[in-house]
Amino acid sequence: MCFEAKRLAKLALGPVLMLMSLVSTAALAAGEAVNEINMPRGVTEVGNNIFDLHMTIFWICVIIGVVVFGVMFYSIIYHRKSRGVTPSQFHESTKVEIAWTVVPFFILIGMAVPATSTLIEIYDVEDAEMDILITGYQWKWKYEYLSDDGENVSFFSNLRTSQGEIYNASDKGEHYLLEVDEPVVIPVDTKVRLLVTANDVIHAWWVPELAVKKDAIPGFINETWTLATEEGIYRGQCAELCGKDHGFMPIVVNVVSKEEYGQWLDTKKSEAAEIRDLMAQTFTMDELMDRGKAVYERNCLACHGGNGEGGVGTPIAGSAIATGQLGGHLEIGINGVPGTAMQAFGGQINDVEMAAVITYQRNAFGNNMGDMVQPIDVFNYKKG
Amino acid sequence: MGDHHHGPAKGLSRWLFTTNHKDIGTMYLWFSFAMFILGGAFAMIIRAELFQPGMQLVEPAFFNQMTTLHGLVMVFGAIMPSFVGLANWMIPMMIGAPDMALPRMNNWSFWILPPAFLLLASSLFMEGGAPAFGWTFYAPLSTTYAPPSVTYFIFSVHVLGLSSIMGSINIIATVMNMRAPGMTYMKMPLFVWTWLITAFLLVAVMPVLAGAVTMMLMDIHFGTSFFSAAGGGDPVLFQHIFWFFGHPEVYIIILPAFGVVSQIIPAFSRKPLFGYDSMVYATASIAFLSFIVWAHHMYTVGMPIAGELFFMYATMLIAVPTGVKVFNWITTMWRGALTFETPMLFSIGFLVLFTIGGFTGLMLSIAPADFQYHDSYFVVAHFHYVMVAGAVFSMTAAVYYWLPKWCGRMYNETMGKTHFWISFIGFNVTFFPQHFVGLAGMPRRIPDYALQFADFNMMSSIGAFIYGASQILFLYNVIATIVAGKPISDEKVWDGAEGLEWTVATPAPYHTFETPPKIDPTHAHS
Repeated sequence: MCFEAKRLAKLALGPVLMLMSLVSTAALAAGEAVNEINMPRGVTEVGNNIFDLHMTIFWICVIIGVVVFGVMFYSIIYHRKSRGVTPSQFHESTKVEIAWTVVPFFILIGMAVPATSTLIEIYDVEDAEMDILITGYQWKWKYEYLSDDGENVSFFSNLRTSQGEIYNASDKGEHYLLEVDEPVVIPVDTKVRLLVTANDVIHAWWVPELAVKKDAIPGFINETWTLATEEGIYRGQCAELCGKDHGFMPIVVNVVSKEEYGQWLDTKKSEAAEIRDLMAQTFTMDELMDRGKAVYERNCLACHGGNGEGGVGTPIAGSAIATGQLGGHLEIGINGVPGTAMQAFGGQINDVEMAAVITYQRNAFGNNMGDMVQPIDVFNYKKG
Repeated sequence: MGDHHHGPAKGLSRWLFTTNHKDIGTMYLWFSFAMFILGGAFAMIIRAELFQPGMQLVEPAFFNQMTTLHGLVMVFGAIMPSFVGLANWMIPMMIGAPDMALPRMNNWSFWILPPAFLLLASSLFMEGGAPAFGWTFYAPLSTTYAPPSVTYFIFSVHVLGLSSIMGSINIIATVMNMRAPGMTYMKMPLFVWTWLITAFLLVAVMPVLAGAVTMMLMDIHFGTSFFSAAGGGDPVLFQHIFWFFGHPEVYIIILPAFGVVSQIIPAFSRKPLFGYDSMVYATASIAFLSFIVWAHHMYTVGMPIAGELFFMYATMLIAVPTGVKVFNWITTMWRGALTFETPMLFSIGFLVLFTIGGFTGLMLSIAPADFQYHDSYFVVAHFHYVMVAGAVFSMTAAVYYWLPKWCGRMYNETMGKTHFWISFIGFNVTFFPQHFVGLAGMPRRIPDYALQFADFNMMSSIGAFIYGASQILFLYNVIATIVAGKPISDEKVWDGAEGLEWTVATPAPYHTFETPPKIDPTHAHS
């Protein structure tokens, strides 16, 4: 008996260790969002249905597991040679085989019914009250609020976490890697249709608490929808490997009251008008350099390096383009280099930003060209 | 042919020019173990970087190269060749054949493998780095946006495919033509059955993979637009083609593992395999279903709902034959006389952990729930339960089970059992917490993560180091056995083992069954 107990203890070691680790971490997790061990229920009806489906199937699996492993461990304990048993020689039974083919089949049908109805609900994109076009870029998201009057509000949403936090030079903030410079804002209790596409490679837009994950595929537009029932900030990430900074293009959705949403939209529209005004202005070198630095850090730094030393992209410090003809520099900034990771930024940043960043690149990192680009130059270049 | 075959040639030429199934099997096994160590080293780099939040050891671009090469090396370099090696060693001995049907091609199918992997590994040192688009290499990340080394990757995949196709044609030809008189199909050991079916899968899907990489090559170098919407193509087409290969591929990996376990569990239960016929039918059903479920890897690409439902129902169906197999194994143990030597421990480990992987697989098949699971660490946990605890555990069991027959020496049982327990604990500490972080929202293939995932990731990394270290023990045990293990000479190494391989001398002579054995027509399958 003693020998057997030792054996049993050995057998139990693995699961016990795992349970212990689970319990200890679960204790740590009490009350906080850290060390979550399950899918969030989320703030949408679809999310709720998915959660229930997930838990139903999980418990069915647990029950089957307990029965199957129960039988196995009974056998391991009682049918061991050391107990002096004589092995039976039975080896087939058509009846049993039929039973354990048919019974699981019916269990599966039981799972398929709720799964099908939830799927049908997810696919019903009708009756949306508003549309947002989401475009994945390496490595940021662009949001465009489509409206009938043609005055679309659009902006890019970039990672806000600093390089210092990522490379351990400074302390990591609470929402490390899950914070952006400009979140997408949607009104509560409103069915929002999401049109998802990409500009370069495939990305996937995933926000667990909205229970939305949709691939963003260049050249195709996928549609899905969400209807958040609680105000709040919900965070997600790109879910499809999209290159170097796949882990650094988060999504932040700000669900606000309908009034607040209306105000936000008005602000965005007036900001757009301001930018139109700025386009007509002439800037000084200092102004361009200040603006340019900010634009560079948001859009160029990931590939071209903090000091223009290059990386995925070619170096900017001392480069033939940044120290050559202005036309060539504008061309590459606006139209990119097809077939490489250098995107066409002409459609991504406005003319003021383009003018500023090109000026910055020509006058920073030791590229002392001394020339300036004004928004009107960019505008004229685009016109041809 | 000369009158007599003598022993093996001496020196390097023995291995370069050999047409002997045992030599070739041995080379496959050692090669795959080397690849297992290499792919494992890549995994250690991944887990070391993920030990804590923040970037510490490697750059994101290099991290992506590691995840890509880890997957490619493990799937194509470690697991697949290891089972081909096992097939080479065991199939002729199990069906009473003197060798494989096409011995010279056998030599080729092995010897083109090392150059293919050299090519793939050399891409690490090329400008722009190694492939960094994941082992699933989705276009256009793997075409327009790929590093220049992608061309070497494509060539390497072509060669690997060639090797696999030759290997499987050889297995089909051997099983169909070289069975000893009286060895009918329904008397073949289950390992032979699962490999026969696997070989058909390979012949069917490897050309599809070759087609996919050729289309990539055309897109990259010859101006076509198969996978580019700008030229009228479709990036999703790539995924359909890839997974039409990729889904049968996962069964290519797991079916031989099923075969191994179906040999070992009866041996240590001292009782015939329960439901032999149903095992054969279940394997065939799984193989058939594997062709019509590929798009369950792509639930989020935006398929029409009819397609989504079809692939969901078909995928759920796989649970039926898979369940039959698990129930049969457990019923085989029922009322047997069990002992727990290392091969049996690894087989039971397989049974438990593979079943858990099967459960998560069933969860993943549910399309609406998959919208939350897809491309998260939940998926990573799922397929490592199937690939590592499934395929690798069963392969490890196979080595412990047949090693004494191969080299005529007994391995150290205590060390074997220690290896099992460290592996089992290390594996679960690594991959069980990954279910949690995945459900909580951690995407796969990211080099850095949000703070709420920190504790489980650290646990996962510690587990990975434990599991990795346990393989050194394995290597040591195998080498120690070959060099200085206790010599044994009984034909039957295990008292409960059945089958023709246990009727030849121990260690297995260089040539076996030069005259076919007599099969007792009244005796059931082995």
